[in-house]
Amino acid sequence: MKEIHVDKIVDAVEELCLTAAYDLGKDVEDCIIASKEKEESDFGKYIFDQILENIRYSREERLALCQDTGAAVFFIELGQDVHIVGGSLKDAINEGVRRGYKNGYLRKSMVIDPVFNRKNTGDNTPAIIHIDVVPGDKLKIILMPKGGGSENMGRLAMLKPSDGLAGVKKFIVDTVKIAGGNPCPPVVVGVGIGGTMEMTTLLAKKALGRKLGEPNPNPQYAQLEKELLEEINNTGIGPQGLGGRITALAVHIEYFPAHITGLPVAVNLNCHASRHAEVVL
Amino acid sequence: MSEIKKITTPLTDDVIDSLQTGDRVEITGVIYTARDAAHKRLVENYEATGELPFDLKGQIIYYVGPCPAKPGQAMGPCGPTTSFRMDAYTPAVLGLGLKGMIGKGQRSKDVVDAMIKHKAVYFAAIGGAAAIISKSVKKAEIVAYEDLGPEAIYKIEVENFPCIVVTDAKGNDLYVTGPQKYAR
Ligand code: SF4
Repeated sequence: MKEIHVDKIVDAVEELCLTAAYDLGKDVEDCIIASKEKEESDFGKYIFDQILENIRYSREERLALCQDTGAAVFFIELGQDVHIVGGSLKDAINEGVRRGYKNGYLRKSMVIDPVFNRKNTGDNTPAIIHIDVVPGDKLKIILMPKGGGSENMGRLAMLKPSDGLAGVKKFIVDTVKIAGGNPCPPVVVGVGIGGTMEMTTLLAKKALGRKLGEPNPNPQYAQLEKELLEEINNTGIGPQGLGGRITALAVHIEYFPAHITGLPVAVNLNCHASRHAEVVL
Repeated sequence: MSEIKKITTPLTDDVIDSLQTGDRVEITGVIYTARDAAHKRLVENYEATGELPFDLKGQIIYYVGPCPAKPGQAMGPCGPTTSFRMDAYTPAVLGLGLKGMIGKGQRSKDVVDAMIKHKAVYFAAIGGAAAIISKSVKKAEIVAYEDLGPEAIYKIEVENFPCIVVTDAKGNDLYVTGPQKYAR
């Protein structure tokens, strides 16, 4: 049994909030640089340049890359041989978020109640926390702050098995078309296929956390990712929706076996500010 | 890409006539920030009292909810938010004299019709380029609805704030024509 004190978790989460907000992952930056080379439109190139300048400036000045520093979405991998002491894991994560968003000058974007009381909670809590128990004695904390502009353009469909591959593809491409310039393209397209309704949505979110541009290990899905990326870029939506070659930086698919009657598909879009940071305790 | 046009606020009809979809501009002067919660209150308060927290004539509203400013900054990172959330209120606000809007994403037909009717222009700033945009902001003060936090209305002074004219006062829309050019 390994003991981890909650104080250590609070500190780690506070630090993750800052890293994610200020310092865009190298994988994302490299993908943006590579995509810029393929852009043909003048506005598109200009937008890519501005995005890259912004990435560097925010990293150097320790400023938030985007003012929407998001809902704080966590994926926790909790080793089954870890014993957390001194308090609760969820409280510790929320305390880390509270401190990180305050001390890091990050925007607080959560409201108390979605319908009846849309008053800001003032500290960006509660965090959205997904916990998975895994073998081992480590605690892995992954933070993916998620902005509203791209989150709000996501969609879920409970397709029929007869809709098949063509139906899946159409739903995904249509989602990007409907979103247009709203999710700050170039986007990352996270797709979940299979499982049940809630699971396919979670898979779509998880897909956004994959190292950018790394294909699915299953060759059939890797091929599908490639085809979808091409189709999406052929829409012409382009950077910021103003027209161009590059609408998406990557398509990531995660899948799971499905029920005999169902073919659920979820698309979770992320903007070019595709932020994630992780730590292992 | 066209030459950059330098414009100042408040906007005059002559300036608005000279702006065309696809123009790059740099805006200098006072502009106001407001998002959906502020729009809702602005329109509802006006209907109830006939009063506005600031004179809208010729002004530009920037759809933004900034980060808190770090010491030494006038305003924290402040990129545009998605404009369609304001669409329900925009025709009313244009009727009160608003001449320009800065945001991101396509507007509804009602908004574009109201823009043509009232002669107004819609600019896009680059979504997600929030840290560099904050360099253009020289001064910021809250003028209304402080309780809304990041959604309060700020009066801000900007210098050479880079934007693109996406929808001009004739209703031409780069969100429609731009993608058409590159669709395969
Ligand atoms: S969609 Fe992303 S880049 Fe655009 S404003 Fe929201 S968080 Fe920022």
